[in-house]
Amino acid sequence: MSAVAVDGLVIRFGDVEAVRGISFTVDSGESFGLLGPNGAGKTTTIRVLTTLLRPTAGAASVDGHDVVSGGLAIRQLLGYIPQAISIDGALTARENLEFYARVTGVARAERRDRIDHAVTVMALGGFLDRLGRTLSGGMLRRLEIATALLNRPRILFLDEPTVGLDPTARRLVWERLEELRESAGTTLLVTTHQMEEAERQCDRIAIMDLGTIVAHGTPADLCEEYGVDTLDEVFTAATGRTIEEGGSFRDARRSRRLSRRLG
Amino acid sequence: MHVEAAVSRVASADPLRRLFGGIGAMGWAEIRKLRHDNIDILTRSVQPLLWLFIFGTALRRNRALAGGFHDYRAYLAPGIMAQAALFIAIFFGLAVIWERDVGQLQRLLATPLPRLAIVLGKAGGAGIRALAQAVVLLVVLAATGISIQWTVGGVVGALVLLILATGGFACLSMILASLVRTRERFMGIGQMVMMPLFFASSALYPLSIMPSWLRVLAHGNPLTYEVHGMRQLLLGVHTGGTLWVDFVFVAAFLAVAAGVAAKTYPRAIL
Repeated sequence: MSAVAVDGLVIRFGDVEAVRGISFTVDSGESFGLLGPNGAGKTTTIRVLTTLLRPTAGAASVDGHDVVSGGLAIRQLLGYIPQAISIDGALTARENLEFYARVTGVARAERRDRIDHAVTVMALGGFLDRLGRTLSGGMLRRLEIATALLNRPRILFLDEPTVGLDPTARRLVWERLEELRESAGTTLLVTTHQMEEAERQCDRIAIMDLGTIVAHGTPADLCEEYGVDTLDEVFTAATGRTIEEGGSFRDARRSRRLSRRLG
Repeated sequence: MHVEAAVSRVASADPLRRLFGGIGAMGWAEIRKLRHDNIDILTRSVQPLLWLFIFGTALRRNRALAGGFHDYRAYLAPGIMAQAALFIAIFFGLAVIWERDVGQLQRLLATPLPRLAIVLGKAGGAGIRALAQAVVLLVVLAATGISIQWTVGGVVGALVLLILATGGFACLSMILASLVRTRERFMGIGQMVMMPLFFASSALYPLSIMPSWLRVLAHGNPLTYEVHGMRQLLLGVHTGGTLWVDFVFVAAFLAVAAGVAAKTYPRAIL
């Protein structure tokens, strides 16, 4: 069974069609990248898979549960880290862990062990008692990933996990995610507009542009198919544009505000 | 039963257990936040104290305004407590917009928490803040010798009524926030809703001196029932209407507002 199956998915907001009939599957234990410029429809797709939005047409399922009829079952097995910060700045790092353990349904008897484990895995020991709002961007991302691991998700959805991070913090985040995938077999579905990052970290990718999937496969196959060397060039070959041109004012405002706050 | 114990309430199959587990988790976080920011309660107490000691003192001997009660400051005190709590409650809508702008809202909605638990947990947080602030005001009343009736039943009853109503107003604020979605617009709407609620209630003056059109509005305003009940419990003032009606009206307001907020809340992410 596929970890994620999307079939002819359409999402419309009023007159705007944000996602225009996309289909793809993600295998269990795979690291799958959804790539594209801001405004391509990546986040909207993730919101359908995390049951925050209902599809206008088409179908999507996570671990065999339909996103419309099996919403609760999906929310019980997923981990989700949105692009913007999901840590509560008015709580300490430890309290954030405790809070997410409670709201993701970790049994009281297991909370301490799970939190201790996540603290070790994500190397959070040094700042557990600091308020969220005092943490740096890299610390926040690691803390967020830690809070998303407590319920031992079968699938982890990460929306632009490394946006606004410096190269060191970025590498650390990816190392931890890679370890997680190896030790727990967690499926990763990642969105990013960093093509070279996707090339390095993802088994397979789907390149989105203006609500459609324009290319789909392993990074190596795609480069071969288009006769180019990098995914950036694949994007240009498939769409006739460079990746920097996409996105709306609102997306740009949001990602800049985010990097400012993280930086 | 032993199997049940190994599962948290939020992960339970029973919707009621999930609801109470969720409210517990949300309320726990709100209490923790309050503990980190306890100075907030004191700074927020300045405004109600100004109302009480400047406005209240200036109009102290006005019998009509106090509905015949001998001290306008004592008469005003429950109204000011309710008003201060209303300010706290309205702020919770702003918090929802903030949580949407960062990613907390999206994240919470992707957990197994029931929507109603999220909303009621936040309403509980507003109630707890209102309670802390009311205790500060009660201490000031006691210290300055403003004559209210100090009975255990009266004080506890008034605080319960205050918590229920504040939770209801917090839900109302969350409904508005999920409709307007931006902070700038919410500030305007918040003022537009809050001041009429305040003036078209018995917080500052009795219903009996209102023009009839205003009295009609005041009769549909939960704040009127909240203040009426608190006044009766804290001062022993009987101005018509019975205590159980106040409790029923306020509880019904909370139930309806929470129900609607649970429906509109997920729309805030769009």
